[in-house]
Amino acid sequence: MSLCESVLEILEQQSRQQHYSKVSRVWLEIGALSSVEPDAMRFCFDAVMQGSLAENARLEIVTVRGQAWCLQCNKNVLIEQRYDTCPACGGFQLQVNDGEQMRIKELEVE
Amino acid sequence: MCTVCGCSEGETTIEHTHEHEHHHGKHSHTHDYGSGAAHAHAPGLSQARMVQIEQDILSKNNQYASDNRDYFSKHGILTLNLVSSPGSGKTSLLTETIALLKDQLDISVIEGDQQTTHDADRIRATGVKALQINTGKGCHLDAHQICHALENLKPAAASILFIENVGNLVCPASFDLGEAHKVAILSVTEGEDKPLKYPDMFYAADLMILNKVDLLPYVDFDVAQCIQYAKQVNPRIKIVQLSAKSGIGMESWVQWLNASRAMQLVDFSETA
Repeated sequence: MSLCESVLEILEQQSRQQHYSKVSRVWLEIGALSSVEPDAMRFCFDAVMQGSLAENARLEIVTVRGQAWCLQCNKNVLIEQRYDTCPACGGFQLQVNDGEQMRIKELEVE
Repeated sequence: MCTVCGCSEGETTIEHTHEHEHHHGKHSHTHDYGSGAAHAHAPGLSQARMVQIEQDILSKNNQYASDNRDYFSKHGILTLNLVSSPGSGKTSLLTETIALLKDQLDISVIEGDQQTTHDADRIRATGVKALQINTGKGCHLDAHQICHALENLKPAAASILFIENVGNLVCPASFDLGEAHKVAILSVTEGEDKPLKYPDMFYAADLMILNKVDLLPYVDFDVAQCIQYAKQVNPRIKIVQLSAKSGIGMESWVQWLNASRAMQLVDFSETA
């Protein structure tokens, strides 16, 4: 819910800089390892945007897979969860390098 | 609505607000939401257009958090963000910790709850400064609220500031407050698999306190399994087992606090 409120704040702030009064579509880039549950995000999004410049806007969520550098294999591997082991060697020495983002990518505005 | 300047949305209230002053320079209060039509368009043509933003959802919070961190660093204040589910014993841990340390150290506390000042009242009963932030429907504290709380609380230089976050193992993980460490508190009356169920929080924490260990004979809680789960999510996490009530293990927690405080003071001098 609070993430959606942050999104709305950014939309309002940007509306002054980019001169728009209505937002009809919002693209979010959400990493699989961020603490965002896309379904919950969709539910809250509609509720939070009610009565705002983004009322009835469509939410598009672009999911980014989790990726980490395995120190043992010396390569990037895909992971689903923070506590996953390396799918190649089973090791724990992973440094997450993608999939943590929560970002507004693009808007369709009027 | 934030009572200091009305700048934050929601139902936040911060106790004892007297001033309107900000310790950071990037904060402006324009409340013009630009409700007019978009720039001129030819009639009959769609006004729709695309705008590239590429902005982190939490960018605003993170900017405030960074300002807070600078403030703590400049004043040598060790700030700890205590996070847990409701009922893990955060406030009791705090009152017992304060009782042990208040003669040697300046301590202040920011309490976050949705409603009531019960926790801040309990802290003030120990004799240290405490400020309550009621988040209303909000499920976590954010860095902007902390920045306002600092203006009122004014923690002493080289002191310890505890922030007791709203009881919730989900949202507070995402909101950096500018603290030195997140401390996750888990009690043995909860499930040992909490670290796996709420991995983001245990990943974000530097210390996990396993509280209420005096109850272990009476509850079904596998300590070794819990520690293994926590380390699986976050191999760097330190773990202290204690009981705020009986006092077992409190010395390890105080040791960790003193060590963290020493780190915070490395680049601080009173004359700076």
